[in-house]
Amino acid sequence: MAFFKLIRQSPLSARIGLIIILINILAAILAPVITPYSETEIVADVWAPNSIDNLLGTDNLGRDLLTRLLYGARNTIAIAIATTILSFLTGTIFGFFAATLGGWVDQVLSRIIDIMMAFPTLIFALMVLSVVGTSISALIAVIALLDSTRVYRLSRAVAMDIGVMEFVEAARLRGEKIWWLMRHEILPNAMPPLVAEFGLRFCFVFLFIAALSFLGLGIKPPAADWGGMVRENAGAITFGITTPLWPAGAIAFLTVGVNLIVDWFLRLASGLKD
Amino acid sequence: MNSTATMVLKRLGLGFLTLIVISILIFVGVEALPGDLAEAVLGQNALPETVAAFRKELKLDLAPHVRYVSWLGDFLKGDFGNSLANGRPIIDLIGWRFANTIFLAATAAVIAVPISIILGILAALYRNTLFDRIISISTLSAISFPEFFIAYILIFLLSVQVVVFPSISNINDQMNFWEKIYAIALPCITLTMVVTAHMMRQTRAAIINILASPFIEMAHLKGLKRLRIIVLHAFPNALSPVINVVALNLAYLIVGVVIIEVVFVYPGLGQLLVDSVSKRDIPVVQASGLVFAATYVGLNLAADVFSIISNPRLRNPK
Repeated sequence: MAFFKLIRQSPLSARIGLIIILINILAAILAPVITPYSETEIVADVWAPNSIDNLLGTDNLGRDLLTRLLYGARNTIAIAIATTILSFLTGTIFGFFAATLGGWVDQVLSRIIDIMMAFPTLIFALMVLSVVGTSISALIAVIALLDSTRVYRLSRAVAMDIGVMEFVEAARLRGEKIWWLMRHEILPNAMPPLVAEFGLRFCFVFLFIAALSFLGLGIKPPAADWGGMVRENAGAITFGITTPLWPAGAIAFLTVGVNLIVDWFLRLASGLKD
Repeated sequence: MNSTATMVLKRLGLGFLTLIVISILIFVGVEALPGDLAEAVLGQNALPETVAAFRKELKLDLAPHVRYVSWLGDFLKGDFGNSLANGRPIIDLIGWRFANTIFLAATAAVIAVPISIILGILAALYRNTLFDRIISISTLSAISFPEFFIAYILIFLLSVQVVVFPSISNINDQMNFWEKIYAIALPCITLTMVVTAHMMRQTRAAIINILASPFIEMAHLKGLKRLRIIVLHAFPNALSPVINVVALNLAYLIVGVVIIEVVFVYPGLGQLLVDSVSKRDIPVVQASGLVFAATYVGLNLAADVFSIISNPRLRNPK
């Protein structure tokens, strides 16, 4: 019920964001129900204009664009969520560890992270992918690793603040182990800023994967994926065909939605009324 | 002054150390390749003699730390080795492309920096007005859009619907300055839009932060004029964070240029890097990655040094 109360008090922008996210999730889940075609089925001419059979027209191989968009939602969003979760697990565990243990663990971890953050992420990813090759698991691992540095910074800072509170001190004196401290004392209190950060990281990861796919180094065809679809159809734009704008717009649409929610959350968490 | 100098020196030392570590990482990254470079490039079933010759040519038969030192030494002398894909010296591939990348990024920066600082300050001063709302909604959406979305919309509007600018930005040495500017108009506008959004949000946040500090409130309470407060009290303190924001975004611009170059088929370093990654031309990837990373680290370093120097609190040591 608390959830509905929160929604009722939310500003219009956050509601719009929520609706956008719901549309995307529904599209991803219901893709096979909504569309009569399969993901890679060739149904008409190349770059056919929109018609009753192909509501948004067809792509560079004559596949139905709407179908590709729906299945693209599945692949793109699923991989982005998997990456964000992995990056969050790594980042918060190391961040909490550094903050609760302190001392040389904290020093070593923080210096490593400093150096990783001094390296431009896109360049780092390109170099690693050129060495290990571009597979989905490599993609997820590389982006999660790069992204976890940001999560580490935030969770360490938050855990530092919580770690000096009396109730954590009390638990420490009780003789609780470090895992228990992290799990039962620090994590629940660190949730609000971490949730907002999750949204921000998702946006970043999502745009990052889209960019890599667009560069031809992300998710491999024939699997539908929004960044890759932009790349495949890019040639159409010079003929005045809007095909590549649809998947690119879909990426923008979802990111705006998530950002609207994040904005609202950040404002809630900071208690600002502006 | 003394403490400022020490801080600057410390920061420079740290930057230098970062560069060394990055170069080691780039070097070790290739070492970690399963098998080795020779096998990766020539394939599993290459003749042993071919592999041996190839290893000799790339000095793969020497110990890793010896190779690292000679690799870095050559790199500093400007000898980047040869491309695996076409055997040409890498310096010939990188040099003019890097100049093109800098040209594009610099042009975008010259337009973006004044616009975003002015709009950011205005948004902070007129906080919570309609003007501020419009700015924050439009910057939020510009940040959410992938760069290529903005790029293709611009191509669609300005080079297909209305033919104003070319959709492919090819530049060469025969062109004069204005012809080049015309050729890079679209990628330049795209970059400007993306980077302006980031810079404006950060400038606004920095200024709001300063306007909320106690010494500004004190100035208000003393009854000083609004203009005097902004020019004499807020501005000197805002300089440091704003310079920091600008330098950070210039660093972002240098790297963000990669995708834009691919969209507009612009002959820059980013395009070369992406091509080489898909061809797995690892020496070229190493070299261009190191050039990008060095530029990025250098600009971040400049950001920190400038903000240390321009911080009025550090200038007058007690």
